[in-house]
Amino acid sequence: MGANPTSAFPNGIGASSLRKEDQRFLTGAGNYTDDINFPGQSYAYFLRSPHAHAKIKSIKTQAASAAPGVVAIFTGADLAEAKVGGLPCGWLITDMSGQPMKEPPHPPLAQGKVHHVGDQVAVVIAESYLQAKDAAELIEVDYDVLASVTDVATATQPGQPAVHDMAPNNVCYVWGHGDKAAVDKAFSAAAHVTTLEIRNNRLIPNAIEPRAAVAQYSRSEDAYTLYVANQNPHVERLLMTAFVLGLPEHKVRVIAPDVGGGFGSKIFLYAEETVITWAAKRVNRTIKWTAERFESFMSDAHGRDHATKAELALDKDGHFLAMRVKTAANLGAYLSTFASSVPTILYATLLAGQYTTPAIYAEVTGVFTNTVPVDAYRGAGRPEATFVVERLVSKAAMELGIAQDEIRRRNFIKTFPYATPVGLTYDVGNYEATLAAATKIADVAGFPARREEAKRRGKLRGIGYSCYIEACGLAPSNIAGALGARAGLFEAGEIRVHPTGSVTVFTGSHSHGQGHETTFAQVVAERLGIPFENVDVVHGDTGRIPFGMGTYGSRSLAVGGSAIMKALDKIIAKGKKIAAHMLEAADSDIVFENGNFKVAGTDKQLAFGQVAFSAYVPHNYPLDKLEPGLNETAFYDPTNFTYPAGSHICEVEVDPETGVTKVVSYVASDDFGNIVNPMIVEGQVHGGLVQGIGQALLEQAVYDPESGQLLSGSYTDYAMPRADDVPNFKVDTQVTPCTHNPLGVKGCGEAGAIGSPPAVISAVIDALKDLGVRDMAMPATPYRVWQTIQNARA
Amino acid sequence: MTVKLLLNVNGKEVEADIDPRTLLVQFLRENLRLTGTHVGCDTGQCGACTIHLNGQAVKSCNILALQAQGSEVLTIEGLAAANGDMHPMQVAFKECHGLQCGFCTPGMVMSATALLKENPKPSEEQIRAGLDGNMCRCTGYQNIVKAVQTCAARS
Amino acid sequence: MYAFQYHRPGSLKEAAALLGKLGDGKALAGGQTLIATMKLRLAQPSDLVDLGAITELRGIKVEGDALMIGALTRHAEVAASAEVKKRIPALAVLAGGIGDRQVRAVGTLGGSVANNDPAADYPAGVLGLGATVITTQRKIVADDFFDGMYETALKPGELITAISFPLPKRAAYAKFPNPASRFAMIGVFVSQVANGSVRVAVTGAGGGVFRDAALEKALTANFTPEAVTSVKVSASGLSSDMHASAEYRAHLIGVMAKRAVVAALG
Repeated sequence: MGANPTSAFPNGIGASSLRKEDQRFLTGAGNYTDDINFPGQSYAYFLRSPHAHAKIKSIKTQAASAAPGVVAIFTGADLAEAKVGGLPCGWLITDMSGQPMKEPPHPPLAQGKVHHVGDQVAVVIAESYLQAKDAAELIEVDYDVLASVTDVATATQPGQPAVHDMAPNNVCYVWGHGDKAAVDKAFSAAAHVTTLEIRNNRLIPNAIEPRAAVAQYSRSEDAYTLYVANQNPHVERLLMTAFVLGLPEHKVRVIAPDVGGGFGSKIFLYAEETVITWAAKRVNRTIKWTAERFESFMSDAHGRDHATKAELALDKDGHFLAMRVKTAANLGAYLSTFASSVPTILYATLLAGQYTTPAIYAEVTGVFTNTVPVDAYRGAGRPEATFVVERLVSKAAMELGIAQDEIRRRNFIKTFPYATPVGLTYDVGNYEATLAAATKIADVAGFPARREEAKRRGKLRGIGYSCYIEACGLAPSNIAGALGARAGLFEAGEIRVHPTGSVTVFTGSHSHGQGHETTFAQVVAERLGIPFENVDVVHGDTGRIPFGMGTYGSRSLAVGGSAIMKALDKIIAKGKKIAAHMLEAADSDIVFENGNFKVAGTDKQLAFGQVAFSAYVPHNYPLDKLEPGLNETAFYDPTNFTYPAGSHICEVEVDPETGVTKVVSYVASDDFGNIVNPMIVEGQVHGGLVQGIGQALLEQAVYDPESGQLLSGSYTDYAMPRADDVPNFKVDTQVTPCTHNPLGVKGCGEAGAIGSPPAVISAVIDALKDLGVRDMAMPATPYRVWQTIQNARA
Repeated sequence: MTVKLLLNVNGKEVEADIDPRTLLVQFLRENLRLTGTHVGCDTGQCGACTIHLNGQAVKSCNILALQAQGSEVLTIEGLAAANGDMHPMQVAFKECHGLQCGFCTPGMVMSATALLKENPKPSEEQIRAGLDGNMCRCTGYQNIVKAVQTCAARS
Repeated sequence: MYAFQYHRPGSLKEAAALLGKLGDGKALAGGQTLIATMKLRLAQPSDLVDLGAITELRGIKVEGDALMIGALTRHAEVAASAEVKKRIPALAVLAGGIGDRQVRAVGTLGGSVANNDPAADYPAGVLGLGATVITTQRKIVADDFFDGMYETALKPGELITAISFPLPKRAAYAKFPNPASRFAMIGVFVSQVANGSVRVAVTGAGGGVFRDAALEKALTANFTPEAVTSVKVSASGLSSDMHASAEYRAHLIGVMAKRAVVAALG
């Protein structure tokens, strides 16, 4: 186990540098999409379907068009006439039958039918937002309301309404992964089988900044600029131009300025920005659209929503022999950008967890329903896998009378690299180390006494474990491609050294809270030996950055940071040649140390700034061999995923009278590989944990089964975690550096949300085990816990 | 119909004829271009729009601009000292990493400063309860609480 | 929000006159419910009469055996009032638990009581203390005031000016908040007056605040937590939704009543 690197260099790698971005955010100088205004801009309002499933018989817009301030109104028919395509899905999943998944059209404005409450029906563009909204009320849509289906567990049963004619029984694909025969054989010989039926609750991402976009068209350049709250502007541009609008990519500039949280929900190409980009040319006006929160609830891609039956086969000593998982995954009404990959590639491949389970088989049915599209939400597939694995393991432990930590230790992977039966090769890890650290910090030894003390206060205290693993640093393009990805997953970085030696970094990663302006600057400052203050990081603009695949899947430092490291290598290599010329030495004699190019073994040296200056004022410069300038770009494609992993231990107290559960202690010991900024990493863990605790105890998107209405469509019904819902966390890190990227980093953005739900739920079950409770659905709301207690007592 | 509105915003007298429907937050963001105050929801819950109205933290998305007639409004833009030095609460948020994406931050800082004015030495529990009108999706609140504690300890 | 005409009268008399003649006008107190409702286009008043300039409706004073609280007194003012904390601490606790800090700084007693949201806290305090609602036209005892979900005895144009809360021997409010909205999923206000008689008012359970006769009877006989436990609260007529079934609400009424009694006994 290595230690985290610490640099003697101020604000270098390993320093908890304060964030460069904070000054503007703290003084109200942030620049979010809705803060951007242009003279003469118009405003868009989207009329949305009030029905879950309906035929559109007619749309009458005459009265609305005549309303004050209206510039234009467009419907699906206008888009069809203009040959605007449908929103694409970026990942092809092949059905077990060998057929490609069903890809129903996803028009940006509904054509003929609406498929979920909130589906876009028309856009009104007006001089003011209120005028657009007023006019939308005058649009008359004649709907023929159809029966709808929202529940993933029953949507594929015979007799349910079909969301799309092309997918009878609402099946998008049935996908199998693993060696079924080996699994079946292992089960038939197992001493014990633990079975679990779980629902992974549906979540609504709820970045506090609602989605927003401002679209501009320039007649003089015949070009577009789109400002949009988005996590990956280059991907947004590629999908929008090549697949939907048929525009040349170089004529569209996408800028994602300050973005107020994403958590996955701002990865995707959405209808609204697509429509206003198209319409900006049609009306020759700048168009602004900002979602109201009620629209966020019914149009931002939702997360999770699985119904799963999982089984674990064990020998008599609690060693895992095989795992069998059958999951129905709700995809919603349309395939969102990465929807198909989340419950398959990002889920089933993680079912080995931290364990040596020799045989695993998963079968996943992707299901269409009359609900908002479901796609990646913090963790994306990996929280679902972790919940299945960790709940199975804890339940098996309870059934076999083995302690929750002991059963895990007995099955940990201990030698690396380790090839799992579900297609991944873990390069490195030390699961015993994080479990040992968490055990110590959580004072597990003192738990029985705490439990007794709680009991005297009338509270039931329980302890829960979760030893999660995730695959991050998405992704090796060749592997992703073989698995159906329709894009590469590399990253690009450019290092622009200015004549005076300051540096601008252009990264294809995007920061919407992660602090890249600080972390990446630390990496560059350390590598070049220049002051942190002399490094600025630019992200989120296709007009300034060579290319980018954006930020999701905890990939920014592992992949984006690696691209920056490669570009820095090129800068240093060129700098050495320049220095060799200036110092009259051979190229091979130059070393670069602490910001100085030195002739090895001598005291002859040049500061980085001197070499940079020479590159731009090449008076004494090897012009015959070398171009002037000091500006390098690199693309980095990882050779493997990274595998952050950790152990979380949660203690809860349940009030049996009301069912209220309080998280009273939470310890996370995580291995993220090397850490550049511990302060930022800790903050990422805190945030992830609260989203995971939110999933476990508070949050749930609920649809009315009859009408298909979203019942939890506002903050009055969707319970967001607030400050008084959560405790302080104890966060620890253990380090096994990633073996295959230059920084040795693994990624930390999703770990908290991945690791925590099973730890919390297992703790609740542990608290109630003496009442006979063996299972608990998420979220464990007071009502559900109370009901469970009543049922157990009955 | 428009109605005349007189306000003092961040120490400056402001006068405008506005549509009565104008929410205070709209007036600040659209008329005055003070875009540091954010809108995160439409039901008065998220608290991103929190400002001080006559010294008290209120949600500017849930109040008509005209309801603030004749009042003193302080927004995040007016919190720092005249020389640009950040308010101690802003400093504490930075030092404690009490913000990530920054979107809830102005509202959170305005709530936190009002909280300390009312209760200069709050317990952790009082801080958490006192921030019940502000949602943050990024930080998990721990470092926000730490920032408020840090600021309280320094004053 | 739909368009409306805006009025800002300087006196109560002027406000009452305006509301009397405006067909579809609404009084705007703090607006913490009304503005949100109008933003969502769920209300469309022709006129808004902003009471914000009427200072005479704000304040807390002791009058004989009662606390008189002006209709435009903010929740935060009631929560922080030394007078309220001393005379009816339960009311200060109740006010301090409404909404969140920002809402409490703006929302008013009169606005909340006139709105009579079925999950609001103040109606439980008014009914649970047997308060008297004083309006521009008359005095209405609490038992005659609340009339089911969002309905009250107020006539068009009639404004609450103050509420007179008789001082109890002991009282307490126990609230179980909805995890999402933080409104009362169940709130129980218990008070006992000098002669020993007890009032128990329940909010959040269904179609508006109500008194629980069985709990009142049991507690009048014996003001102890055990007396509450002896009563089986019926789920009949209570609401069921995604947050709680009627049975759970009934159970919570018992638990909150018990906790209120414990708190009242100090």
